[in-house]
Amino acid sequence: MSLLDTARTGQAIRRSAPSAAPSVRLHGARLAYGHRVLWDELDLDVAPGEFLAVLGPNGSGKTSLLKVLLGLQPLSAGTVEIAGRQVRRGNRSVGYIPQQRAMDPTLTLRGRDLVRLGLDGHRWGFGLPSARRRARVDEALDAVGALGYADAPVGLLSGGEQQRLRVAQALVGDPDVLLCDEPLASLDLAHQRAVSDLIDARRRATDTAVLFVTHEINSMLSAVDRVLYLVDGRFRIGTPDEVMNSATLSELYRTEVEVISVQGRVLVVGAYQDDDPHHVAEPRTSGAR
Amino acid sequence: MSFGEIIDRLFSFAGTGDLLSLDFVQQSLIAGALLALIAGALGPLVVARQVSFAVHGTSELTFTGAAAALLVSSSLVSIGALVGAVAAALVFGLLGLRERERDSVIGAVLAFGLGLGGLFLWLYPGRSSNQLSLLFGQIVAVSRNDLWLLGGCAAAVLAVLALVWRPLLFASMDADVARARGVPVRALSMVFAGLIGVATGLAVPTVGALLVLALLITPGAAAARVTANPVTALLLATLFAEVAVIGGIVLSLAPGAPISGYVTAISFLIYLGCRAIGAARLRGTGRRALSTASA
Repeated sequence: MSLLDTARTGQAIRRSAPSAAPSVRLHGARLAYGHRVLWDELDLDVAPGEFLAVLGPNGSGKTSLLKVLLGLQPLSAGTVEIAGRQVRRGNRSVGYIPQQRAMDPTLTLRGRDLVRLGLDGHRWGFGLPSARRRARVDEALDAVGALGYADAPVGLLSGGEQQRLRVAQALVGDPDVLLCDEPLASLDLAHQRAVSDLIDARRRATDTAVLFVTHEINSMLSAVDRVLYLVDGRFRIGTPDEVMNSATLSELYRTEVEVISVQGRVLVVGAYQDDDPHHVAEPRTSGAR
Repeated sequence: MSFGEIIDRLFSFAGTGDLLSLDFVQQSLIAGALLALIAGALGPLVVARQVSFAVHGTSELTFTGAAAALLVSSSLVSIGALVGAVAAALVFGLLGLRERERDSVIGAVLAFGLGLGGLFLWLYPGRSSNQLSLLFGQIVAVSRNDLWLLGGCAAAVLAVLALVWRPLLFASMDADVARARGVPVRALSMVFAGLIGVATGLAVPTVGALLVLALLITPGAAAARVTANPVTALLLATLFAEVAVIGGIVLSLAPGAPISGYVTAISFLIYLGCRAIGAARLRGTGRRALSTASA
């Protein structure tokens, strides 16, 4: 697990640096819909530049956590802050990358338009042409290697190309916090790697905190500093080694779960009760569904 | 009637020049140009938001509103159409927010409104040409007052569109991220419904309920085939709508035929042409995508 060791060392260095308020702070946070409690008494500080993977089965409240941080979903109890200030809708210091979805091939939108909307799409008015804005959009496109297809219709691009544009769209506004809602789902392994590497490089360069909701931790294992693992209202926070082991996950799932390390990948066996059992055998599977 | 005679009847330019110098013809040209301007500007967003059916429903209910107003007084038709259209568009905007329900809600309301409008027309004691004109248009009957109303509303629609352009584009093309970025997606959807309502309400008494689609949808759909730049799409759609309306009116003058056939035909021909160009372009980019597949 040399990759993990490197990641932890990197984290230790970042943490030793004097820093102001954490990028994200949840204190005694509770989210419940009616009687169903997604999570409760959640205390979480995410430092600037930290990469936090959010794992857990469907319905465990991973996406809801992002909604809370986006100001789209109020907490049932507790407090939540972004960079020392209360969350609010449309916070400019928060970037967001959604899951890849098929787009209509005739959608009248080019890659550079998608990225530009991330910069000023929230503003009123028509937005007259500006050289400065164009330069910023070009810079963001260049950073993700998307300049080559910036003028192509987004609906004609591959899923991997679209997600690179999504990364540029989220980063063009220089956010302090980057929220990722399964941006790698439906991408093949090579593209998963490429997109997560882009995000990893960016947070190291600009100290952007990353909260990365995912089913699949392996394509970013070397980048992850800590894991938040949610199961049925219970959760664990810690380094991948502290959380992704048989004892911790068995306790979380309240059933026998085995975590196996194979060639630097983590496989979780037995975490699904009624899910597709052969899923576990696939190399991409982490069991963190 | 032989084919040649039909062609001669449909395409005649004898006296077109004289007719063009007439006041009421010029007024109808101005009215058409104004309608094409707002319809063309809204068209690409109608297509991107996939609300063509809602526009159709709105135009049918505009007919209902106009028919109801006609019962009271023929001078109230324009206002009745405008009120009916905006009300219908807002109702569709409110009820149709859930995508799965949208089509069925519109279908149900539209059928009811159309039937009701037919009943209103039956009750109307006046000439039946007034009645048919609500469906097929009566652009030659545009009065100077109508022009002022049209001009004022067109300016208002364009001003609002310019004001909300960026967030509306964001919400129309990329709703999830727009919501995450704090764009008021629902409110903008209602604003857009209001704009569609005004445009439809203005268009129905002049070009007719059945023609509205040729102006609000076809040019936008045509533009989407040949460009992916949202601003170019807006300009192209406006150009296409202007060509269809002005061309249609001019062609219809000498034969004295209803303009609807000419306008829809030009609009449709432009659409077919754009589809052909778009298909060729798609094959080109298909090759490009293959060559850069590893990127």
